[in-house]
Amino acid sequence: MTIQEVHQGRLRTPFFSRISALDTVNQWHEWKGYSSADTLYCEDTEYFAIRNATAVFDLTPMTKYRITGPETAAYINRLVTRDMDKIKPGRVAYAVWCDDRGQVIDDGTIFHLKEGEYRLCSQERHFAWLQAAAIGFDVSIKEETADIAALAVQGPTSFSVLSKMGLDGLAELKPFGLMNFDFDGADLMVSRTGFTGDLGYELWIEPAKAELLWDALFEAGKLHGIRAMGTHALELARIEAGYLAAYHDFLPADATVRTGRTRSPLELGLDWLVDFKKPNFNGRRALAEEKRRGSTWRLVKLDIEGNKAAHHSYIFAKEKGNKSEIGFVTSAAWSPVCKQNIAIGTVRTPHGKVGSTVWVEIYYQREMHWARAMAKATVFDKPFWFPPRRSATPPGPY
Amino acid sequence: MKTYDAIIVGAGHNGLTTAAFLAKAGLDVVCVEKNDYIGGAAVSRNLYENWMYSNCSYVCSLLRPEIYRSLELHKHGLQVTPYGGSVTFMENGDYFGSYHDPEVAYREMARFSRHDADSYERYSADTMRQCRFIRDFLLRTPPDPTSFKLNDIKELIAIGNKFLEMGQDRMYETIRFWTMSVAEYLDEYFETDVIKAARSGSGIIGTALGIHSPGTAYVLLHHYMGDVDGNVGTWGFARGGMGAVSNSIAGAFQAYGGELRTEAGVDQIIVKKGKATGVALENGEEIEGRIVVSAMDVKRTFLKCMNKSDLPESFYNRVENFKIRGSSGKLNIALDGMPTFPALPEGSSLYISDMHFIDSMERMERAYDDWKDGTWSKDPYVDMTIPTAVDPTMAPPGKHFMSCFIQYCPHKLEGRDWTDPEREEFAKTVIEQIANYSPDFKELILHYEIRTPQDIEDQIGITEGNIFHGELTMDQLLFNRPVPGYAQYRAPVAGLYMCGSSVHPGGGVMAAPGANAAREILADLKRPSTVPENFGDD
Repeated sequence: MTIQEVHQGRLRTPFFSRISALDTVNQWHEWKGYSSADTLYCEDTEYFAIRNATAVFDLTPMTKYRITGPETAAYINRLVTRDMDKIKPGRVAYAVWCDDRGQVIDDGTIFHLKEGEYRLCSQERHFAWLQAAAIGFDVSIKEETADIAALAVQGPTSFSVLSKMGLDGLAELKPFGLMNFDFDGADLMVSRTGFTGDLGYELWIEPAKAELLWDALFEAGKLHGIRAMGTHALELARIEAGYLAAYHDFLPADATVRTGRTRSPLELGLDWLVDFKKPNFNGRRALAEEKRRGSTWRLVKLDIEGNKAAHHSYIFAKEKGNKSEIGFVTSAAWSPVCKQNIAIGTVRTPHGKVGSTVWVEIYYQREMHWARAMAKATVFDKPFWFPPRRSATPPGPY
Repeated sequence: MKTYDAIIVGAGHNGLTTAAFLAKAGLDVVCVEKNDYIGGAAVSRNLYENWMYSNCSYVCSLLRPEIYRSLELHKHGLQVTPYGGSVTFMENGDYFGSYHDPEVAYREMARFSRHDADSYERYSADTMRQCRFIRDFLLRTPPDPTSFKLNDIKELIAIGNKFLEMGQDRMYETIRFWTMSVAEYLDEYFETDVIKAARSGSGIIGTALGIHSPGTAYVLLHHYMGDVDGNVGTWGFARGGMGAVSNSIAGAFQAYGGELRTEAGVDQIIVKKGKATGVALENGEEIEGRIVVSAMDVKRTFLKCMNKSDLPESFYNRVENFKIRGSSGKLNIALDGMPTFPALPEGSSLYISDMHFIDSMERMERAYDDWKDGTWSKDPYVDMTIPTAVDPTMAPPGKHFMSCFIQYCPHKLEGRDWTDPEREEFAKTVIEQIANYSPDFKELILHYEIRTPQDIEDQIGITEGNIFHGELTMDQLLFNRPVPGYAQYRAPVAGLYMCGSSVHPGGGVMAAPGANAAREILADLKRPSTVPENFGDD
């Protein structure tokens, strides 16, 4: 027999040759086995490419599953908490899925590719769980992470870049829509999705065409400020957009050891994704019970006074006096584009109602010495950054 | 006739800032502007086809983040994108670059002198120490050292404590720093001519002084203390040009219910019984207000728009002698493509930088000699940027807008008005200097706009076209700005205030004078302040 040896060392995505050619700082990390760049030349420049021009991010390592079969729609609807019947072919939905205790396993995007065919895209791997949940459904689930090369093309000039690449008809594509184009004889799928909170698209293609796609994209983007970016720039944009990240703002329920460390969608501010009108979905009973009795935790978006980022901070109800904390910050940043000191955190209910005030304890270092500040913060429920261009259809040139 | 709570004269970025904070406090505010567009010197103008020109101020760094945040300027369309560094092209074909990455910057300096590369760290710390001393006072009203009011005494003690905190040696250093020339300051750290020349430019921008003139070290600081997102010393481009700054502040002002009137130039500030009661417009219309706030420079405000008899004699004389000399011009150019600079490697990050074409201290000083002789520098200090290398919104794709700030350029040529052929000669001087380092530059020029100080005065209204509304020398700073005894935004006439760059902390697109004035006005009106406090660094 032939043994198919496992690959030793880090995997390379089909875009590696192009990205490494642009890399000047040699700063990489591992993402689900793949080499992924933290930054390629300068975090600031890469970040501002997202907000000012076009930034390209290789999201190939993102876990991808193809789900097909006659009962796929019913299966998907059973799987996630939101009503997926509303998501017609050619549309994409952000969704969360829970275990039977109503605790979030992961969040991700579900692409309704065509009638009876879906792609589920997530940070973590869920093949075993997806199969277990498929009992009684006539569906087939295929892991296709390595079969699809994917790029995020994000920023105000992204529409101009893709138009110049010859993607006719893209102007009509609405947020969370998808379209297919012919690219050198291959199918190029373009979805108006992203993790930056700005105008942007994601491109999906077979790996054999990846380098060709990259070259065409960068040629088209030459006069529109196109730049490649790493995860650091994306992470900042992600927080500004108010998106959650697994292992930052919540833990996947099936990989968590300690009791009380997981979160339900209601506790993550994702009530709008939970549709109790559906007769059945994973975690429904537990979530209905939670809704009746009240949640333990509440996700808060915080607008914090001052300019010192509240990394790893405790959150308090009052500035002074009450010694016990009500929660903590899970993601924090100084937002260059909003000029706001922003954070995402988790607090015990009933604290953290929208519009209420909490206090954040910030430790910061200045020339070796540490200092502590109690900063006032206002609870927010909207994205920090939501420019009109993000939802404009057709999008403007910049 | 309607009486407004406040009339703001001039819709430049400071006037709009005062207007916005007063409107935010619930006052009924009108802001009147003589031009048919707003922004004053922080403006984007469509002067050629699809090009937007930042035709006056051109880069953004000093704009206080506290104000940006407090007025939620991002919601009104403001986005500031930081850019790389700077480059000085040399006559011998080489160049000296400054880079964002400290190690790259080190290696570049070491290419010329390892001493200078090492010395930079000390220079940087010493300059930052001075920055820290002054930055805290930007969003504060300067104390009056002769008053015995509680607030003034408290403020003076705060300054004193900050000063004492430095320790004996550094107190001496600080006193020296405030009065020395930028050339002397740089001599203490660097030995390489081009490195000194490259850094000295910040000491003279907008100032009718040479690099060897006392007081220019402080001007360097004024250009060094800005920041973009906490990166002190970083500069950025406002997306859509500098007009985005004014437009976003105007957006905030209007969102708070303020009223903006363009083509409403003020002819006279009306004073009745020793109190300002309104303004008379050039078209004869009168507007009544409980207070009047002038964003115009002090000379224009008091010498042109008021009756001398309404002002104290000593004040009037001081204003007459206020130094506001025109020293810089602009050349704004629409380009058919990106000019190439053969000295730079292809794809160099220095294409997105401030570019300069004077490589020695002697040439810097000679440029000033021409100004003293009453003419423009024949070998000028040009601060050139191409914002469209970053900003996709100001010109069609592949086309560019180039902003050239030119030092020195007098308000009058040998004491008389500029003629058109002379203005063209002035432009040619700049174009030729750049073309020496970029052979394809000239053929890419599609259109250009020339702005001498006289043009700036005629179009925007700033006396002598001085970009800072008065020079940033020690005799005109802090409690001496604009004149001693009147540094707290109140004019000698009741109900009349000053909020332009002629008042503390001075020029640059900072919005601090406007914010500070609003805070004092609200205090006088016994209203809670809407003006944010300094974030502070510690």
